[in-house]
Amino acid sequence: MSETKEFSSPAEASVERWERETLEPALRKRPERKKRFETVSLEEVGRLYTPADTSDVDYERDISFPGEFPYTRGIHPTGYRGKLWTMRQFAGFGTPEETNARFKYLLEHGQTGLSVAYDLPTLMGYDADSPLSEGEVGKCGVAVSSLADMEVLFDGIPLEQVTVSQTINAPASVLLAMYLVVAEKQGADFNKISGTLQNDILKEYIAQKEWIYPIRPAMKLVVDTFEFCTRHVPKYNPISVSGYHIREAGATALQELAFTLRDGIEYVQWGVDAGLDVDEFVPRISFFFNAHNDFFEEIAKYRAARRIWSRVMRERFNAREERTLQLRFHTQTAGVSLTVQQPLNNIVRVAIQALAGVIGGTQSLHTDAYDEALALPTDQAALIALRTQQIIAEETGVPNTVDPLGGSYFVESLTKKMEDGALDYFDKIDSMGGMVEAIEKGFPQREIQESAYQYQKSVERGEQTIVGVNKYAMEGESAEVPTLVINENVRERQLARLEQAKARRDNGAVANALEKLKQAARGGDNTMPATIEAVRAYATLGEICDALRDVYGLYEEPAF
Amino acid sequence: MSERKIRVLVAKPGLDGHDRGAKVIARALRDAGMEVIYTGLRQTPEMIAAAALQEDVDAVGVSILSGAHNTLCPRIVELLRERGMDDCLVIVGGIIPQEDIRRLKEQGVSEVFLPGTSTENIVKFLRENVGQRT
Repeated sequence: MSETKEFSSPAEASVERWERETLEPALRKRPERKKRFETVSLEEVGRLYTPADTSDVDYERDISFPGEFPYTRGIHPTGYRGKLWTMRQFAGFGTPEETNARFKYLLEHGQTGLSVAYDLPTLMGYDADSPLSEGEVGKCGVAVSSLADMEVLFDGIPLEQVTVSQTINAPASVLLAMYLVVAEKQGADFNKISGTLQNDILKEYIAQKEWIYPIRPAMKLVVDTFEFCTRHVPKYNPISVSGYHIREAGATALQELAFTLRDGIEYVQWGVDAGLDVDEFVPRISFFFNAHNDFFEEIAKYRAARRIWSRVMRERFNAREERTLQLRFHTQTAGVSLTVQQPLNNIVRVAIQALAGVIGGTQSLHTDAYDEALALPTDQAALIALRTQQIIAEETGVPNTVDPLGGSYFVESLTKKMEDGALDYFDKIDSMGGMVEAIEKGFPQREIQESAYQYQKSVERGEQTIVGVNKYAMEGESAEVPTLVINENVRERQLARLEQAKARRDNGAVANALEKLKQAARGGDNTMPATIEAVRAYATLGEICDALRDVYGLYEEPAF
Repeated sequence: MSERKIRVLVAKPGLDGHDRGAKVIARALRDAGMEVIYTGLRQTPEMIAAAALQEDVDAVGVSILSGAHNTLCPRIVELLRERGMDDCLVIVGGIIPQEDIRRLKEQGVSEVFLPGTSTENIVKFLRENVGQRT
């Protein structure tokens, strides 16, 4: 009989007893609502977690104390009791004047850091006057074509004091150069400037697809910024390795975690291969994760990320410094989870997602505005998003205790499962030769595409519920909330400033600077000094990227 | 009786690289028995119209999330009509504000599908509206 069954732990024996004596009679009376309960990543979750589920998790080895290896419980011994996370709302639209005004509005209302969204021409390295920019100037971010725009964007914002995050990837080295030249003109000390450049080109090939050059020269540009910042702007984070876009493209939580951390490993490897010291540049590598709807799955993801990173840094790269072992990250709530239908519901989604980010120990947070499935946010929608963070910070009591879910059987078990799953993905990618090779083979791209499709099917079968969309939908309701309208004359205004900048500059100096940049690129030298010189001479973003396009060529996406 | 399969060009115009939707739609239409050609990213309206003509499609599905729809979508319609593709439907999916939907429809777009649309609805729309062709 079953009484003779052997259990590996007393915990398993008592679970078995509970199932038999208490659970089974209850199930006979009332069956559960579903056969299978799953996360938003379509992973099955159990009914109940007990010590039996965490028997392979050791407190000292795997969980430990906050501020101590492997940092599962966070990197700060006091959590948020010392300092709250940075409330950093991503903003940018229209002209640099309009975005500058939005920045000042956010700072006046208690925001503690800035985050710039650039428009698509800027992200792709084209000026506002390129034929390819038609219809796109200032639409999904602010338009920046030259230093003249950057000067307006940060007018009256002291870059020595305010930390600025820039979401820019393929032409990141150019925007970094523009930022540094503006700071220099303000008289700022490069040793004091802090902030973050997204500069994560790998996830562009994997998910967001705003690339310019082929992968390998693009990686070289990233390493150039590592080297330059380590030497000259030591408090600046030259990269934010981003899972956000990977998740938005349809990845599961596990895929987001695994591909992002494996991207991080790739950057570290390239830096080491270029002769950089791990303990010098890795402390300035930051991460960026999504906060999606499945509360506990997200929290487990952040906790696993810290644990995996510290172990990989120690075991794979022999890192010694504490800061090298500590994974720091920014979080943004899931844009993809926002619905056009009943848009005010999004306020609630964002609040719960943000709470997961906070309990997961994020260093900074962006909360989406409720109207973002319709357009860029209005002032009012952006303010509610910021207020959501302030309510979590100052009313809920959540930040009073470090890692409040640490030790939860469920969360610890999920954290372990996340870690194991990510390590399996690392093995697969390592066996392909690394992340660059895996991307060339289309591996992460195909994995994400498959997950996106399976999720869509699951929603259409009604297995995953989206309130207001496939359940509780209201017939004939229209999404009438006020939306932000981008001025259609942004392009004309940008063209005027571009023309003016070109008329004022010394064209001989521009040509020289661009020639020097090409030489640096051809010779494999660090391109940052020449890029800075070109920016100072008011060479435009398009001109600088064209010079590099001449040397490096263009990326073509393979079909898969 | 052999029925001609519905042929659809799924197109990504402009600089926008968000192709999750385009790829999910392409696969769903294929699963529904349609023939689907995906253009890949960053196609100009001219390239899209040329591909539509060459592939002799019944419909062009334009996926756009960058806000450039008011410039790009009417241009695609215009170029298709110039090439004599008067029956070719143009449907649009993406983040499109309400007031723009009205304008796009006046300019020849057959339907606009917003986030949250079931792929089954898009399949149904194409089946009901394509096929009046001889």
